[in-house]
Amino acid sequence: MRYIEPHGHMVSRTTDDYLDMVTAGCAAVCEPAFWAGFDRSSASGFRDYFRQLTEYEPARAAKYGLPHFCWLCLNPKESEDLSLAADVLKLIPEFLDRPNVLGIGEIGLNKNSRNELRVLEQHVDLAARTGQMILVHTPHLEDKLKGTRLILDVLKAEPRIQPERVLIDHVEEHTVKAVLDRGHWAGMTLYPISKCTPARAVDILDVYGMERLWLNSACDWGESVPLAIPRTALEMRRRGWTAEAIDRVIYQNPVRFLRQNPRFTLA
Amino acid sequence: MKRQQVLDLYFMDARCKLIELAAFLDRVQRASGEADFRLDGFRGALRHLSEGDVGRAERVLHSLSDPTLEPIPAAHGKGAIGAWPGAAAATHP
Repeated sequence: MRYIEPHGHMVSRTTDDYLDMVTAGCAAVCEPAFWAGFDRSSASGFRDYFRQLTEYEPARAAKYGLPHFCWLCLNPKESEDLSLAADVLKLIPEFLDRPNVLGIGEIGLNKNSRNELRVLEQHVDLAARTGQMILVHTPHLEDKLKGTRLILDVLKAEPRIQPERVLIDHVEEHTVKAVLDRGHWAGMTLYPISKCTPARAVDILDVYGMERLWLNSACDWGESVPLAIPRTALEMRRRGWTAEAIDRVIYQNPVRFLRQNPRFTLA
Repeated sequence: MKRQQVLDLYFMDARCKLIELAAFLDRVQRASGEADFRLDGFRGALRHLSEGDVGRAERVLHSLSDPTLEPIPAAHGKGAIGAWPGAAAATHP
């Protein structure tokens, strides 16, 4: 079995996780910029983080033969501070030419506030001006439905953005259709309690098909499972999915989306 | 999949979760003090389980979600708690 982990916060994981993922068939990992669990005090903290994502973490993954890619942004959990956001937005272009950078992400909304929305629009503008692909985080739990609707409206209002170059992540049963109907890709995140369980993710695939959908573990410092994708492949196999269909979802689909950026190459 | 296959694969897991739900409601009831909007939201969502047509998971998620479209003035925290405070009024007029 082979698979791509298209959303993993590997800076929060141990090298044991790299070993397990590669042993399970992981062929590449992609790491969107995210919240550290505390607010960074200045843009210089983001400079260090972007260096970690573009220099240190790819080298750590390479020790296990695993290609490592990343997405850059100020995450929505820190978007309430407009002054910090402006400083970080100025910083991001310095890093966009690094060889493992795939685009802008994971941008989006968290509590659906006015400032979060403004910073989302600024990130979308940055992506449009620099021709970058976009990875979008949708809010948690009770905020997801509203946040997804607001995000879709922001993207629709930006004619320079091609829908097929945007992946909207963490979809669930109540948001997946709206995302696919707008022509975007949709990601299902496999978490033990929130977001999707493996069984529900396979239900969504049964209902909506395999087109423009991918799976990810979004493993980070919280409750999450770095091997969630191979475990979901097992769930698919238990339901009688063919090896070819499983490969399409967990390998070919992410490759198809990510290869829109020529930097995404696999040996 | 055939229904029999679905039952073979998932019945025991669903049975376990059903009893967990029942035990949770008992636990809340035995406890002292006032509940908050989350319990009303939970009870409102439970009603969707006994509906006859498919789409129950989607309707449960909708019933626990903020249905509004206006951005809030400012985010005063970062976390979500699983139910929308306004949902109680919408569920129990």
